[in-house]
Amino acid sequence: MGLLDKLKSLFGGAPKAAPENKAPEPVKKEVLPPKKEEVKVTKPKVAYVHLSGCTGCLVSLADTYEKLLDVLGAVDMVYNLTLADARTLPEGKFDIAIVEGAVCLQDEESVHLIKEAREKAGLVVAYGDCAATGNVLNNSRGGQWNQPQHESFVPINRVIKVDAYIPGCPPSPEIIYNFCIAAVTGDTEYLKPFMANEAGGYHCGCDLNTRIIENSLCMGCGTCAASCPTRAIEMVYGRPSFNNIRCIKCGACSFACPRSFLPVNKIKGQIV
Amino acid sequence: MPFGTYKEVMALKAKDSKITGVSQDGGVVTALLCYALDKGVIDGALVAGKGETPWLPKPTIATTKEEIMAAAGTKYTINPVVSVIKDAVREQGLEKLAVVGTPCQIYAVQKMRLYPVGARHIPDKIALTIGIFCTENFSYAGLRTIIEDHCKVPVDSVTKMEIGGGKFKVKAAGKEVAIPIKETHKYEQEGCHVCSDLTAEFADISTGSIGTPEGWSTVFTRTTKGKDLLAKALADGIFEKKSMDEFKSPTAPPAPGKKPIKTGLDLLEQMDKQKKDKAKKTFDERKAMGLFVTPEILY
Ligand SMILES: Cc1cc2nc3c(=O)[nH]c(=O)nc-3n(C[C@H](O)[C@H](O)[C@H](O)COP(=O)(O)OP(=O)(O)OC[C@H]3O[C@@H](n4cnc5c(N)ncnc54)[C@H](O)[C@@H]3O)c2cc1C
Ligand code: SF4
Ligand code: SF4
Ligand code: SF4
Repeated sequence: MGLLDKLKSLFGGAPKAAPENKAPEPVKKEVLPPKKEEVKVTKPKVAYVHLSGCTGCLVSLADTYEKLLDVLGAVDMVYNLTLADARTLPEGKFDIAIVEGAVCLQDEESVHLIKEAREKAGLVVAYGDCAATGNVLNNSRGGQWNQPQHESFVPINRVIKVDAYIPGCPPSPEIIYNFCIAAVTGDTEYLKPFMANEAGGYHCGCDLNTRIIENSLCMGCGTCAASCPTRAIEMVYGRPSFNNIRCIKCGACSFACPRSFLPVNKIKGQIV
Repeated sequence: MPFGTYKEVMALKAKDSKITGVSQDGGVVTALLCYALDKGVIDGALVAGKGETPWLPKPTIATTKEEIMAAAGTKYTINPVVSVIKDAVREQGLEKLAVVGTPCQIYAVQKMRLYPVGARHIPDKIALTIGIFCTENFSYAGLRTIIEDHCKVPVDSVTKMEIGGGKFKVKAAGKEVAIPIKETHKYEQEGCHVCSDLTAEFADISTGSIGTPEGWSTVFTRTTKGKDLLAKALADGIFEKKSMDEFKSPTAPPAPGKKPIKTGLDLLEQMDKQKKDKAKKTFDERKAMGLFVTPEILY
């Protein structure tokens, strides 16, 4: 089964026969001496779609430093306004749309672009919290020059179906790298939490109350407080106490909490 | 396998009497941290330091031996140690961090290494994880109630607290009080009841008191890193070492009508199983109530 089909089958879509995308070697080997058969490898075609985002997500991708070459080398970037010349999404289908930023519902162009990306892409990845959860744009309320009517900014899963979410504001270079390597090596176990529905859509520090504490699961480790990019969480007597005004609704805290999901098998693999 | 995967298990006691003078058990945590700091294996450690409120620990970034020693001893309430991990790297610029924690805190750190959300440039700074055995923890209000209402001593007079042999014991200004552990159960942290990890199965090195006599610690090395560090510390004479075989359960059959006495690793194995069984039971009950339970938390 091809990689894309594997990923799709993970969240219920029936696998179709698709052209085989042969995965590059795992990245530990720095230089990949290409074997004869692997010369024919078709790299996944990737479009980087920039909606209402700050480009910080793309910068974070570049922050993988020398590993960026592994990441970019594993794909064929067909569209990326920041880095390349192509002005529009390519004709016909491509493999993956990586989307940065939320959708402004009053901006026709944005709504059209995200829908077009969904039609053409095999997989859509909400990359970074603006795309995944709406993030700081949940606070938008319009009324500013020179588009005072631009007031509704939503995570992309309000407009289209999303296949995977990479949380973070921005996602850390390490998680981007891990995600990419898991994707090219077909490590569906690692990818699962990114594909869970609860990874996308509106999030808030109060998730810790409704999802963790209300279910008697919090044990006071403080991971949520560490992961919060705005220091909205303070640990008080062993429990997170969060400042709603500071919270930018990124969802990092509940994703990071070891009581939201605990990747036991993966952790065991790390204990060597 | 009981106690998770491990490479070696042994009984240790730090030789430095300054350390065993302040430590909870064999001083393994404190001695190892000081040793690792000396050798440049780490440049800082996240520990449970003293806060302003008596016996309420404060997650602390220790970068000197004095700070590590000052944090020795068990505080039986929550020390949210992971909360300062980013501060240690960002503000203090530390590059080789040790983290000391209960089993749940160790798996929090291990998850962060795999899924570093909001933890940019953290995974490669975690140089060492030392896990301490844990049956349960208490909220601070719970701990205070145990000490002040059940043991009847003022919390600020307490010099040491200990759980062992079915008792909760406090030492306070010339006095020692012990109450049955049963009295403390209702003050246990709810989140602990789905915890199936007694021996910090995901740490480089884990240590605790169960299995060895007073003043000694039971120690597992689990990773190559943990094993190598401990081997060096042993070679440099940091610890007295005994084999766990010395603390084996008595082989004589129990007196009629009595249960066989378990000691050493047998005792630890029994308690490990009890903890796992209890977690499973709680998990099932909560699920039946329709509560969210962390997938894969049982292992
Ligand atoms: C809540 C709790 C429950 C425990 N339950 C058991 C048990 O059931 N069976 C058992 O064998 N052992 C248990 N222990 C471990 C035991 O009490 C000792 O911590 C352990 O044996 C280490 O002893 P030491 O002499 O090597 O450590 P020391 O040299 O005294 O160092 C102890 C280290 O633990 C850190 N620490 C202290 N309090 C906390 C805390 N609340 N959270 C996180 N880190 C802390 C300190 O900062 C220090 O670095 C428990 C510990 C805690 C914190
Ligand atoms: S990360 Fe989860 S378990 Fe840890 S303190 Fe925060 S809410 Fe509690
Ligand atoms: S509390 Fe912090 S981490 Fe959690 S959603 Fe709000 S900003 Fe994000
Ligand atoms: S019993 Fe488990 S959850 Fe509770 S403090 Fe100990 S390790 Fe953490």
